[in-house]
This record gives sequence, C-alpha cells and structure tokens, in this order.
Amino acid sequence: MIRIENLVKTYGSVRALDGLSLDVEPGVVYGFLGPNGAGKTTSMRILSGLAHPDSGRAWILDKEIGQPGSDVRSLVGVLPEEPAFYGWMTPREYLRDFIAPLYDIHGQVAAQRADELLEIVSLKEAANRRISGFSRGMRQRMGLAQALVHRPPVLLLDEPVSALDPAGRKEVLDLIETLRGQTTILLSTHILADVERVCDVVGIIARGRLIVQSRRDDLLARYVTPLFEIESEDGFGHWLEWVKSQAFVTNVTVSDHTARVLVKDVHQAQKELLGSLARESLSVRRFEVVQPSLEDVFLRLTGKEA
Amino acid sequence: MFRTLFAKEFREQWRTWKMIVFLAVFLITGIISPVLAKYTPEILKSIPNLPAGLADFIPAPTVADSLAQYLKNTEQFGILLVILLTMGVMAQEKERGTAAMLLTKPVSRSAVILAKWLAGMTILLAGLLVDGLACLAYTVVLFEPLPFGAFWILNLFLLIYLGVYLTVALMASTLARSQSIAAAGAFGGLIVLIILGSLPRVSDYMPGQLVNWGNSLVLKGDLTAWPALGLAAVIIVLALLIACLRFEQEEI
Repeated sequence: MIRIENLVKTYGSVRALDGLSLDVEPGVVYGFLGPNGAGKTTSMRILSGLAHPDSGRAWILDKEIGQPGSDVRSLVGVLPEEPAFYGWMTPREYLRDFIAPLYDIHGQVAAQRADELLEIVSLKEAANRRISGFSRGMRQRMGLAQALVHRPPVLLLDEPVSALDPAGRKEVLDLIETLRGQTTILLSTHILADVERVCDVVGIIARGRLIVQSRRDDLLARYVTPLFEIESEDGFGHWLEWVKSQAFVTNVTVSDHTARVLVKDVHQAQKELLGSLARESLSVRRFEVVQPSLEDVFLRLTGKEA
Repeated sequence: MFRTLFAKEFREQWRTWKMIVFLAVFLITGIISPVLAKYTPEILKSIPNLPAGLADFIPAPTVADSLAQYLKNTEQFGILLVILLTMGVMAQEKERGTAAMLLTKPVSRSAVILAKWLAGMTILLAGLLVDGLACLAYTVVLFEPLPFGAFWILNLFLLIYLGVYLTVALMASTLARSQSIAAAGAFGGLIVLIILGSLPRVSDYMPGQLVNWGNSLVLKGDLTAWPALGLAAVIIVLALLIACLRFEQEEI
C-alpha cells in the first residue's frame, strides 16, 4: 500500500533521511516512531509531495510519487504536524466550500460531508465560528476532518494527538480505531502509549534509517527484556552477590530497598529467584515481573538510556 | 478546481477588508480628482496677501486638468495599493503553513498562482471601474462630459499598467519565503521600473507610457505607444511564468 525504498534527503550538511526503506500493508495502522530529528516529518513530506528526495523511490497504491502523470494526492489524506487554516473562514466554509470542491465534491453532498465530519471531530458547535479563534487542539481536530473529506484509502498523520488534552486524545484515537481495516494509516508520533493502543505495526526510525519494523506484539515479545522488581524491608545482603553471579541474570541494579533484575529467561528466573529469596529468609514486600512496554524497546533500539 | 481557488482568493480579499479599503480609496480618488482640478485655482486665489495681479495669471480650470489629476492620483495610489494588496499573498501562505495544507490536495501549483493573479486583476478592474465612474460623473457636473469610449480605453491602459506592478509583486511574493522579503522584492521592482521610466528614450518603451497614450486618446492627440504595450504584456507574461515555474519546483 505504501512502499519506500532507499530514500535519501539532505538539508545542507544534515542527512535527514539516510536510505530509509519501509513497507506498509493495506488496512493497517502503522506507528512511525522515532526521536526528534529522526526523519519522520521529512518522510511524511515526501509522501505528501511537498518535498523531493535526493534519491530513492516511494509508492502509494502502486503509484510512484513524483513521477509525471502519477498524482497520488487524491488517494491520500494528510494531517501535517501543525495544521494551518485561513483564520477568516469558519470550519463549515473551509470543509464545504474549499476542501470538498478541490476533490470534486460539490453542493449538497459537500455540505452533508462537512457536517458529518464536524460531528465526528466534535466541532459541530463551533461550525460557524472563525477558525482564527480556535485552540491548538481544535485546529488538530479540524486538521483531521480536512484529511478525511474525500474518504481517502490512505491517511498520513504527523503527530495527530500531540497537541490534544487526554480527552481529545482519546477521541482522536477512538476515531483512528474506527478507520482500522478500511483505511491504511501511517501515524508518526513520539507518544508510545498511543502507538501501543492503536497501531498494528510499528516502525522505529533513527538517524534517517529504519531500525526495526514489526507487528507490535512481535516487537514486544522479541525485544523487551524481562525485568523483575524485588522490594525487601531489610535490604538484600549476600543475596545480591549470589544473584549477580547467576548465568540467567544480565544486570542487577539496587535503589533504596528495591532490586531490579534483568534476566534472559523469565521462567527459569521466576523459579530460581523465588527459591533463593526463601533460602536467605529475606522479608520480601514485593516480587513483581514488570510488564514490558514499547517505551523500553524504543529507548533500547534508539540507543537511549531508560 | 480553478474556480474554487479563485473564489477563495476573492472571498479572502473581501472578508479581510482588503478589497473594501482598495475600492474605497479608488472611489475617493475618482471623486477628488475633478474636485481638486476645479477648486485648486479658487483656493489659490483666496490665499490672503496674494501679490497683486498674480490671481489673473492662474488659468481657469478645464476638463484636461480634471483628467490630469485623475491620471496622477490613480497612478500613485494605484501602484501603492496593488503592491500592498499582492505582496503578501504567496509569501504569507508559505509562512503560515496554509500553502503546505493546500498542496497536499490535488491542485496544480500554477493554478494556485494564476487564481491569485486573476483575483488581483479582477479587484483592480473593479477599482478602476469605481474610480472611472466617479471621475466621469464629477467631471460632467463640474466641467463637461469626457469622451466616453476613449476614457475607458485609457482605463484599460491603466489596468495593464497597474497590472505590471501587480504581477511583479506576485512574482516577488512567490520567490520569497517570508512577507518581509516579498515586500522588499515588490518595492525593489517598483524602484527599478521608476528608474527605467525616468531615463530619456528608454521611457518611451516603458509601461508608464501607456498612461500618456491614454491621455492623448481622450484629448484627441496623436501619441501612440505600441512598444510600451508590448513590453507591459511581456513583463506580465514573464513574471507569471517565472512565478509558476519557481513554485512548481519549490519545496514547501
């Protein structure tokens, strides 16, 4: 559905994209993750036709971007990171009289679609207010509405929820969930909890290259290191030396009365650790396998400390 | 698609008051020009302690004075207004991010430029109609009727002449990435045209000569300025072409 091969893009001495390749299958919500400056927005801009790559190629629905006679823009809905509007227009005018006609949607059909979208993005009550008075969150929702006017098969969403409050975020993420299966969505974000919630596939990008691309659950299973947190009232004494010497343990850190034990094999660790704690007669207040999170994977793969 | 882009430009100029101010200034220009021509000698004569006999040398105003005032005021205010109206239209869209939003839609970049140009020219045409009608009416009341056909050909020449400035300002706005650079470019273009227009011999070929041609037509003179008309057309077409080609290639 979306295919990128070896995209390279430089701005002066900065290599924003350094051979980026990725593949997005039809109907999935693809979470495009990366630290600031990793190349997410540059990729989105190239896919939207706003920027040209120095080399490499990209396709949307088998149409190659940037080739003569291959305009993909009617197939794509784009929400930029900071959507901008004509402040003198109202949302209804913007959708009905400006955006819809650009997709050859006119008259009553355009009016109905505008009202439907304003309802979906919870802006119906502000439909006749000037956009210039809108908050950032309202603009973001307005941006989503304009991307959906022509019911595109592909949506490119650049940080769609970063400006929203928790309630607004939930609404937008719920909306994205309703589009799952019918629309292919490439969603760039740095909010990992949102990716965990809505994305089927995750691609992690750093320094202009794709580090890993996998289904979300596979990624978690493959990369998250099992971690045990043990809290003891009296400290750990000799037990610490013992646990550090075990082959199934990769790292141990202690802060206050809590030991964090990274292990290779979670099942072996569970048995061995519980047995050893009982043998040492330590007063264990808490023994917990910490739930793996995408944040751990992200930080590990992009080379940052957790 | 072009109709949607044109309608948006037109509505934007109306809703942001720019068109209203533009038309109001042209209306005032059209009214005030014959009035100034008529009453300036009266005002001069009424100055206290005027040297004896000087009042007799102040000639009685004629329809030619009314026309001269009209041309001078329309040219001065017109150039300033078209530059102010146009210099930000593209640069502002790029600066604010609305151009990026628009270009993700299936629109031709050249159509965006041409819609802005046509909207600007339409507003300029409306301004000259208001200006011309007001001048005609007040000249009839204060002097005598101006030759109707020749007067509107003169206004057509004014449209082309001011259209040169409008198109150059639009080109500057397209080439610039910010409104301040666009403004510098637009006024830079104005200065270049003024300097060239003041050079002997060269001025005969410059678009400003169209105003003299129109004036001569109304006053039944025999001056023509075909080269100036040709050069004005060339400047307009070239400036539009440069703007379109540049915008087609530009990364937003």
